[in-house]
Amino acid sequence: MQSEIKIVPPKTISFDLGELWENRELLYSFARRDIKVKYKQTYLGIFWVVLQPLLLMFVFYFVFFKTLNINVGIPYPVYTFAGLVLWGLFSTGITHSSESLLSSSQIIRKIYFPRLLIPLASLLTAMIDFLVAFALLFVLLIIFRQPVSWKALYCFPIATIITFISSFGIGSLLAALNVKYRDFRYLLPFGIQLLFFSSQIVYSIHSLEGPFSSLLYCNPLNGALEIFYYPMQNYELNFTGVLISVATTIVFLLCGLIYFKKTEVYFADLI
Amino acid sequence: MKPAVEISQLGKKYRIKKTERYLALRDAISDSVRNIFKRNSADKSDFWALRNINLTIEPGERLGIIGKNGAGKSTLLKLLSRVTFPTTGEVIIRGRLASLLEVGTGFHPELTGRENIYLNGSILGLKKTEIERQFDAIVDFSGVEPFLETPLKNYSSGMQLRLAFAVAAHLEPEILLIDEVLAVGDMEFQRKCLGKMEEVSKQQGRTILFVSHNMSYISSLCTKGVLLTNGQMAASGDVSEVINTYIADISNRSASQSWKENEQPGNDVVRLHSVGLVNSSMKTTENFKVTEDIGVEMIYEVMKDNEVLWLGHNIHNEQGINIFDTHSVGTDYYRQPHSKGKYSSVVWIPRDLLNPGIFFISSAIFNHLKNTIHLHERDVLMFTVHEVFDQETARGLSGGDFPGVVRPLLKWQIKKI
Repeated sequence: MQSEIKIVPPKTISFDLGELWENRELLYSFARRDIKVKYKQTYLGIFWVVLQPLLLMFVFYFVFFKTLNINVGIPYPVYTFAGLVLWGLFSTGITHSSESLLSSSQIIRKIYFPRLLIPLASLLTAMIDFLVAFALLFVLLIIFRQPVSWKALYCFPIATIITFISSFGIGSLLAALNVKYRDFRYLLPFGIQLLFFSSQIVYSIHSLEGPFSSLLYCNPLNGALEIFYYPMQNYELNFTGVLISVATTIVFLLCGLIYFKKTEVYFADLI
Repeated sequence: MKPAVEISQLGKKYRIKKTERYLALRDAISDSVRNIFKRNSADKSDFWALRNINLTIEPGERLGIIGKNGAGKSTLLKLLSRVTFPTTGEVIIRGRLASLLEVGTGFHPELTGRENIYLNGSILGLKKTEIERQFDAIVDFSGVEPFLETPLKNYSSGMQLRLAFAVAAHLEPEILLIDEVLAVGDMEFQRKCLGKMEEVSKQQGRTILFVSHNMSYISSLCTKGVLLTNGQMAASGDVSEVINTYIADISNRSASQSWKENEQPGNDVVRLHSVGLVNSSMKTTENFKVTEDIGVEMIYEVMKDNEVLWLGHNIHNEQGINIFDTHSVGTDYYRQPHSKGKYSSVVWIPRDLLNPGIFFISSAIFNHLKNTIHLHERDVLMFTVHEVFDQETARGLSGGDFPGVVRPLLKWQIKKI
């Protein structure tokens, strides 16, 4: 059976998951390219994936723990490193995917393929970095003799999935916005800072008081972190908080996908 | 058998904003505020890049798409390859389609030749197994085998092109769209590519849509032709007839062109009356020697006082390559606004600059400060630069082919040390 394609003026948005699946090899190609290019001409290569959070961990250890004496319930280096591992996925995912369309403008202008593959490939690249850093987390857990409950078996994956999805939602929204309004480029570093300081990485929301603290769960990463730390902590899971985070994740995902799909037909004209 | 491509009532409209090309949020905000008070903002105007295109292409047909710069050829290929979407009409494509709007799309300088073959192949729609199967043939065709593990940034541009075309040549789609990709590269390789394309189309019965400015490529490769003029179909049918129509069309307007009162290009600010080519004795001609200055004249009428207007010409060669642009920099009217009235301008393209060949001139009047283009007439003039052998030119006294799009006479110094 010969395939038949019909090209008509865009009217409604449709999500063609089958088409994404058909083009999965291209997705892997993009991701492979990004990973290969990323550490070309660096001496340490892939080690930068673990070096970056390790260096940050030392900075935070001295700045926040030694001077401010913040209590997070478990050894501070383990806590911040665990947080930074998830943060790495979240922030790299957002930063890279939001720039991804602009940096692929050459290809977008010349070749058709499902445009969602581009931010998705950035996320996939961030995911590889995440897995490497995640492996190092286990080394750290052993060094600090930090007990982890069996709940980690489902808590770690769930936290990762929430982070991945929220990062994808925000990233694809920003990527599409960036095509039309380059302003978001300049807004992004500020937004990333805001996200970082509102995430419980250098502190724990459990040590905060007042109604303000549940507002912090609007940052989807806080819900993910809550679940991520849970097998290591002996606190009650803030269930409302997690629900708020999951809700914002879904909102971001829907906004991102709908706006992306609505504008993607004009990418080649605007980029 | 059903047609491979069916195009009906196809149209593509672009909205040209007269402000910056890159939108900033500021503009959107200020515009939306302005639009509350004023509907139908006059800042925007519609431009139909393509309009009312109807075409049926049978399987195995090879269609050449010809037309001047800006006639809508590339837009048509972009629509067919789904890079951009139509405003009206519809297209039905039956069979696997690959588009080569550019060779080497997605090549990455940091990756090796081998890595780039895989990357480029999958961007063009090849599966990994297909690339593996064709890998040796691709490497063989490109002739870059010794450098497969070298990063692409260390390749010469010719080698990059060979590699890119080698990947593209081994695509096996049922329908292939090609846009002017042969305009670059050395002659020998161009011939090799053309041979490969003929083999692909004639022996394997592929459907091919081919855009080119080079009529000899079109006539040797294609069976049918379509001529586009200002986004509309001006002629279609047998390829040699369409080429003849095109050549008759462009040679009509070679050495000079003037417009009737109600057909003058422009708007309520400025109108173009005529353009023309003159030699140094101010005689209108379309034939110049390499050693002759080429004067481009323009007569225009300014309809409003106090308008800052700049004039410009684009010079393209036969392959559609933009040789250079020139703007009316350095005249009194560069900073000083025009008052109402008729003006004439002339700009001289110096001798010993262009290599022999056919060249096209587009003319524009615009205001760069406001980013407003009052008129931009494409390929209004055509002229030929001829070789001379009785005088010394940049080639010296050597005979044979002298390559390059330009042939400037440069100052050399040789000293014995």
